[in-house]
Amino acid sequence: MNPRALVSLALRSLWHRRTSALLTVLTLGLSVGLVLSVHRLGRDARSSFASTVSGTDLLVGARSGPVNLLLYAVFHVGDATNNVSWKSYQDVASSPEVAWTVPISLGDSHRGFRVVGTTAGFFDHLRFGDHEAMRLASGHAFTDVYDAVLGARVARALGYKVGTSLVLTHGTGVMATQQHADKPFVVTGILAPTGTPFDDSVFVGLDGIEAIHVDWQSGMRLPGQSVSAEEARHADLTPKTITAFFVGLNSRLSAFSFQRAINEYPDEALLAVLPGVALQQLWSIVGVAEQAIRAIGYLVVAIGLCGLVTTLLSMLNERRREMAVLRAVGASPATVFALMVAEALLVGMASCVLGLVLLYGAIALAGPWLAQAAGLRLALAPPDAAEWALLGLVLASAFVAGCVPALVAYRRTLADGLQARL
Amino acid sequence: MSRASTILETTNVSFAWKGQPDLRFPDIRLLRGQSLFVHGPSGCGKSTALGLLAGVLLPKAGTIRIAEKLLPASQPGRDRMRADGVGYIFQQFNLLPYLSVADNVKLPCRLSRRRRDAAMQAGSLNDEVDRLLAALGLEPDTMRGRVVSQLSVGQQQRVAAARALIGSPTLLLADEPTSALDADARDAFIQLLQGECAMRGISTVFVSHDLSLARHFDDAVRLGS
Repeated sequence: MNPRALVSLALRSLWHRRTSALLTVLTLGLSVGLVLSVHRLGRDARSSFASTVSGTDLLVGARSGPVNLLLYAVFHVGDATNNVSWKSYQDVASSPEVAWTVPISLGDSHRGFRVVGTTAGFFDHLRFGDHEAMRLASGHAFTDVYDAVLGARVARALGYKVGTSLVLTHGTGVMATQQHADKPFVVTGILAPTGTPFDDSVFVGLDGIEAIHVDWQSGMRLPGQSVSAEEARHADLTPKTITAFFVGLNSRLSAFSFQRAINEYPDEALLAVLPGVALQQLWSIVGVAEQAIRAIGYLVVAIGLCGLVTTLLSMLNERRREMAVLRAVGASPATVFALMVAEALLVGMASCVLGLVLLYGAIALAGPWLAQAAGLRLALAPPDAAEWALLGLVLASAFVAGCVPALVAYRRTLADGLQARL
Repeated sequence: MSRASTILETTNVSFAWKGQPDLRFPDIRLLRGQSLFVHGPSGCGKSTALGLLAGVLLPKAGTIRIAEKLLPASQPGRDRMRADGVGYIFQQFNLLPYLSVADNVKLPCRLSRRRRDAAMQAGSLNDEVDRLLAALGLEPDTMRGRVVSQLSVGQQQRVAAARALIGSPTLLLADEPTSALDADARDAFIQLLQGECAMRGISTVFVSHDLSLARHFDDAVRLGS
């Protein structure tokens, strides 16, 4: 029988059994859709994660570990063990290879959100995602000492708008109880969502951080001394130390040599990391959860395939008659085998199509919400190589699954002759 | 091919189902256009005999020649021989439930180019289907597209006969095709079948336990002792 006739026969046979065939396609298609979605989510989460900091060539902090530096400087998890002196920062910043630097100073918070002391250059130079620039959804960047810019989630969570006044808290976490109540800040701008930890940050100028600490020493308010907000403006607001800084180089080619130069900086123990590399290292820790979900997805597909085998096998008894008829009109046992496998493959194909429909449906429906809530942008892109491979694997498995009932049918047609035992 | 060429010839054929005693079959010789009635009690091996003639089962000993050629030794060869040269009618449940009446009749043409070409000699395949349905007493216009599960047993058997005859095979094997029909329908069915076979020069082996049908056939042979 030629392949076209075989496929048309298989299609009609499936249509005849459309209830169980559709249920099988539904089971398998849902599981394929699940695995595709998990894969797509993992892939896009990884790339979104890996591009938390993009357009930055080096991240420099006091010497610790690359992941550690990344965690406290970018993800605001944990605290720096040491600071970087302003002199060293100035030294590196004035190197001829350097195009720009953005210093950050951490250690304060506002109602649980980290405060990042930085320069206006932060909004100009730092990139996230696909080299997207930070964008202000409203207002403008800080210009005054007591100006603050809010990350998107901070503004949403606290209901702050441009013009809202806020007080910073000394320290971070639950132990932070001392307020910088004497020097309140005013919101001048709110950032658009970026899907990075910066959405959870409050940005102020480095001079602002200095100003609220002029009457402090070693993390304590100096007793008996009190400098008012106005007086503090006139103090020397050049920081003595910063927490870390981002570096953009004139040429990316010099990244490795410049990284080595910083790591061998003679006056202070500094650490420079390539953000992309450190992010990948961090992902290899975080990614375990993704692997686990993916494994569960594969198991679900395996269960779907078992359902396919079960359905085809359970149909087999009612189909003995059909096999005998096909044999009588001249079909070889091989044709009977091929017909059964073709049916399994058609179910597999329909399931793959359903899986893709579910994937793109989910992206279209949940995509905007995910971008809003988690800053995770899901690409409505055609399947990538890994997804095609996955669909191929499903088809190959459907083929193998179809071989089981096909083999039973094949052996029966040989043994039964034309007497279909009912 | 001369008018008197031998279509079917068996010598000393025997067969054994697994773990059961040998079945020995009488020698048969059937000329072109002749019909043979095979009868015998239940369990005497009537269906087995047809399985052997159709090349689905292999004899334990003896030879079977169809159109003066030995049945091919290979399974694919015998399947091809059956697709090209043999029409087969079962006692019941002859039709694929998921195909229409017309598609059921055309089924052999999907498996055999020879049958397809022969069926299309007088025009299109659909014309031949209509012609056969009409010849077997079925109204083509109302029957063609019908779902086979809606047909009566008698109608199903006629559709099965049309399928067995399409593309004019050399040999028609019928395994108690009338046992589910009442007496009137039985005689009408056999007469239509025989008329069509005679017109096309198809030889027939008709198996039944009902000896009263023997009068419709040129020759008769009894299986079992």
